[in-house]
Amino acid sequence: MSQPSNLPRWATLWLMPALNLFAALLVSGLVITLIGEDPVECLQLMINGAFGYPEGIGYTLFYTTSFIFTGLAVAAAFHAGLFNIGGEGQMYLAGLGVTLVCLGLDFLPGWVVIPLALLASMMFGAAWAFIPGYLQAKRGSHIVVTTIMFNFIASALMTWLLVDKLIMPGSQTPATRLFAESAWIPMLHELAANLGVELPQTPLNATFFLALISLVVFYLMVWRSRWGYTLRTVGLNEKAARYAGMPVSKVIIVAMCFSGALAGLAAVNELLGSTHRMNLAFTNGIGFVGIAVALMGRNHPFGILLSALLFGALTQGGLDLSFEKPAITHEMIILTQGLIILFCGALENLFQTPLALAFKQMTKR
Amino acid sequence: MDSFFSVLDATIRVATPLVLAALAGLFSERSGIVDLALEGKMLAAAFAAACVAYMMQSPWAGLAAGMAAGVMVALLHGIVSIGYNGNQLISGVALNMMVSGLTPVLALAWFQQGGRTPTLDDAARFRSIELPFADTIAASAPLKALFGHNILVYLAVLVIVVVSWVVYKSRFGLRLRAAGENPHAADAAGINVKLVRYLAQVISGALCGVAGAYLVLAQTGAFIQDMTAGKGYLALAALIFGKWRPWAAVSGCLLFAFTDAIQIRLQGSELPLIGSIPDAFIQAIPYVLTVVLLAGFMGRAVAPKAIGVPFVKSR
Repeated sequence: MSQPSNLPRWATLWLMPALNLFAALLVSGLVITLIGEDPVECLQLMINGAFGYPEGIGYTLFYTTSFIFTGLAVAAAFHAGLFNIGGEGQMYLAGLGVTLVCLGLDFLPGWVVIPLALLASMMFGAAWAFIPGYLQAKRGSHIVVTTIMFNFIASALMTWLLVDKLIMPGSQTPATRLFAESAWIPMLHELAANLGVELPQTPLNATFFLALISLVVFYLMVWRSRWGYTLRTVGLNEKAARYAGMPVSKVIIVAMCFSGALAGLAAVNELLGSTHRMNLAFTNGIGFVGIAVALMGRNHPFGILLSALLFGALTQGGLDLSFEKPAITHEMIILTQGLIILFCGALENLFQTPLALAFKQMTKR
Repeated sequence: MDSFFSVLDATIRVATPLVLAALAGLFSERSGIVDLALEGKMLAAAFAAACVAYMMQSPWAGLAAGMAAGVMVALLHGIVSIGYNGNQLISGVALNMMVSGLTPVLALAWFQQGGRTPTLDDAARFRSIELPFADTIAASAPLKALFGHNILVYLAVLVIVVVSWVVYKSRFGLRLRAAGENPHAADAAGINVKLVRYLAQVISGALCGVAGAYLVLAQTGAFIQDMTAGKGYLALAALIFGKWRPWAAVSGCLLFAFTDAIQIRLQGSELPLIGSIPDAFIQAIPYVLTVVLLAGFMGRAVAPKAIGVPFVKSR
């Protein structure tokens, strides 16, 4: 996707994303000015909301957890040269897997239910990604269009299931009953209380550690394994991969399943970590934020960790900001996310030519 | 029989914005630019149309503003994907998110009505056109289904005819298709590929503008947050369903609109043999059909060859 660059490595890895991010924030700032608020004050309120007090940090890391999973999901597909826009639908279906396990088996102790639910989330997510992957690999249908369609199909399917089938009997709101407490993933403040440390009550839960582990596993799988090598070869040059005897179709299908399974884990954080029941549209755009996270993080686990943290902070800080400034709603954050995707994803080389010129000037001297 | 005509009536109403957006996508994609931004162009147009029609108390001013807003988003998509050779898929996704975020923020700041715009008076909307014998038409279902619509519906019919002529019979149409199939050959023949692609974006934006304006000026009467609700993607699905051909894409739109119209009719009613079908299943039909078609199980949908590939002039 990116062109060979004549910039030093650190500039491509750090300076360009930083400049792109700055450009996106600058445009957001302009919009904030346009609606009559002070962007600098808003930025301060946001940073304070995200990192300024223990509860804020807890929420920031909670959102970060989900974004790590969906970001990794998008990155996994990107490494195979596929743009998986279906993270939202895959996460939604994964929620169904979690819910079915919990509704059916939550009389069992936690050490049985929780691993089963984790497995179900990955399997359901992977299954929903498998079909587009299979159709791309074997029938040549474009993955972007199929995954978009699968998001809509997932949404229709889940609405029907929640409204007609899984709804708590006697309830009017389309949501399942509360899962039994054995299936809840322990919150961080509960774990800390066992160790005698007092933390504020936030939905931050043990899934956060699973996300950190996933980052490491992702790195090892993509850069340090034979499978990862074939994955990246297929992504960089499908023809060369085929010529080298790599099973291209299989790699594409497995990459999509891997991607779907990662997106599925985000559902665990939301359902078993926080709400403890499934609601309509619980995914709430987290799958789409994954696209921004992966692009901003340049599809590398370390970059994804940083950009997931950035988007976690944007979400939490944005919520706090909207309490202080009613004119700046959650939609302002969606605008900012869109701008970041535009500048970091589609316009990633915007500053390359001017930067290359600047570096040339400097080295001349 | 009356119920047949009322379904036909509803189908035409629902199909109009889909047809306009699908034809918008046709220009863009035939020129070689993937257009996931249809949704964003429509939504931006709906918002601009609502604001201007409210302030000027004129539907025509609203329509013009909607078209201008559609063209602006289209040009952004063009600058990113033609000017900077950026990734067209990512640009489309980004633009949709930006518009979906920006419009409610501006609506809240300007009108203080929780992310929507004030409801338009009748004078600021497109109403069914006044024909002689209006009473007879209103009383008869078949006549109402054919003649009881607003001006934009008939405009859309005209657009279909013009578009299919332009794409297949005009000089610009030939250049458009050449730019999307083999831009290097087109370039060698002296065609300015980037210019053709920019023009296609402008047309796409204008048509999406009419589609978005229709939603506000002919249907809801106000801008509501995310009111396009996937119609842009549905139009894209219809375009693919129609294998990137105008009349076939229009049939796709009519089919999808028809499923929508009967879904409202079938709500809760029992069908012979099948029993009652959940709404969600009917809602999912267009998307499932598109997937099946793309998978090549119902004929092959072949996209323009150079679609999604930035054109870099060879030296």
